[in-house]
Amino acid sequence: VSSQLRVNPIACDGHGLCAELFPERVTLDDWGYPIVDSAPIPRPLQQHARRAIDACPVLALRLEQLARRD
Amino acid sequence: MSVSVSRLLLGLQADGRPVDIGQHLHLHGPLPARLERRSLLDAVERSELRGRGGAGFPTAQKLRAVAGSRGRKVVLANGIEGEPPSGKDKVLLRYVPHLVLDGIEVAAQAVGADQAILAVSQAAGELVVLQDALRDRGRPGRVEIRVAAVPHSFVAGEETALINAVGGGPPRPTATPPRPFERGIEGRPTLVQNVETLAQLALITRRGPAWFRQIGTRDEPGTTLVTLSGAVRLPGVYEVPLGTPLADLVAEAGGATQPPRGLLVGGYFGTWLDAQTALTCELSEASLGAAGAFLGARAIVVLPAGSCALAELARVSRFLADESAGQCGPCVHGLDAIADAMASLLRAERFDGELRIRRWLDQVEGRGGCRHPDGAARFIRSALDVFADEVALHTRGERCSGRDLHLLPVQRRQERTAA
Repeated sequence: VSSQLRVNPIACDGHGLCAELFPERVTLDDWGYPIVDSAPIPRPLQQHARRAIDACPVLALRLEQLARRD
Repeated sequence: MSVSVSRLLLGLQADGRPVDIGQHLHLHGPLPARLERRSLLDAVERSELRGRGGAGFPTAQKLRAVAGSRGRKVVLANGIEGEPPSGKDKVLLRYVPHLVLDGIEVAAQAVGADQAILAVSQAAGELVVLQDALRDRGRPGRVEIRVAAVPHSFVAGEETALINAVGGGPPRPTATPPRPFERGIEGRPTLVQNVETLAQLALITRRGPAWFRQIGTRDEPGTTLVTLSGAVRLPGVYEVPLGTPLADLVAEAGGATQPPRGLLVGGYFGTWLDAQTALTCELSEASLGAAGAFLGARAIVVLPAGSCALAELARVSRFLADESAGQCGPCVHGLDAIADAMASLLRAERFDGELRIRRWLDQVEGRGGCRHPDGAARFIRSALDVFADEVALHTRGERCSGRDLHLLPVQRRQERTAA
């Protein structure tokens, strides 16, 4: 089962740690808020995603399971 | 030939008084004494009624979702109509309140709710009419209906914001899921339905789905209310079959006062179309969709030749930025930056104004907890396309000769108590 990174924009305060810890999927907009790439996260990158999620001071990030499309 | 139809607006009083309960019963007859849930849901399903508030969701599907949720259900009738260029819901509430109240009773029966709240804007002044109408209905009906007036704001009509507002909180959207049909008012399954949709429901219940489908298009049956304003002789709220040519609607309003330049279709979350394109469209999602627009709030504004579009756009951009609920960074900062850039483009101050605006539109779209930034971006982006010649002129440091006609209204929201 693959997963994607999601941000809750209401909770997000734009601390920006996620972009530093997981640049493969997160960039910052002109005001410092994360633009999250919703592409599935391959296994080698899962660790980075976890780190970004755990570092967020307001717990605005989460991994969402993607339904398998057969 | 007139394209107007009187279903919802049947019996509208020339003196501006609301249709009272006696007249209402004379015009429409009483609701059926027994409203059986399954046959109600079937009738709505067969009518293929879709929501008239903006999103156009199939009403039967929404009713079934709430009916199928666990817990004590509640109906929230959305009469906020925060769109400044829209007046259709206010017309319904003010002039035919009993049709809306009937619709609430029917919807409550269809989902199994014993309680309903009719939410209106404090600024609108329908409160007295509605309270009188409720009193005149005498016996408490099958459902207990309460009218709630919430502080006026654009975003208060968004369903999760409205749920917060009627609960006494600030009118701010919350993250979904859970959606209101799962957890809404007081955590209960909540049917949030636009008041026009409810009024249509009241008619379908009396006259049946086949009657409902007699006009409109096959895929989009029935009538719709439309608020037409701007450069037309008789601006106002019209009831027309879905599928009515936009040109016929403009003719119904006495025609354009000056040659149209562009039309805003769908209100401030809607789409600008050049006049030629717009006036060959029909009022249906199918026809407007092919042109890149949608019915949305069903508010249409005709901007005439000789008007300064950028002045109107700068004003509405600032309004939309100020009406952000203030929760999400991209919406707060992005719409503010876009509004400033639009004002500077209007003053022809910079050569890169449009580039910056387009960059920021890309950055705000899809990045809010609700659809506010998406709607604002759609409005502004389509305007840059339709009024490209004027944008180019201002970008070169020149000013257009158009006048600011103030055809796109903005309202200040009421002061809110600090959260």
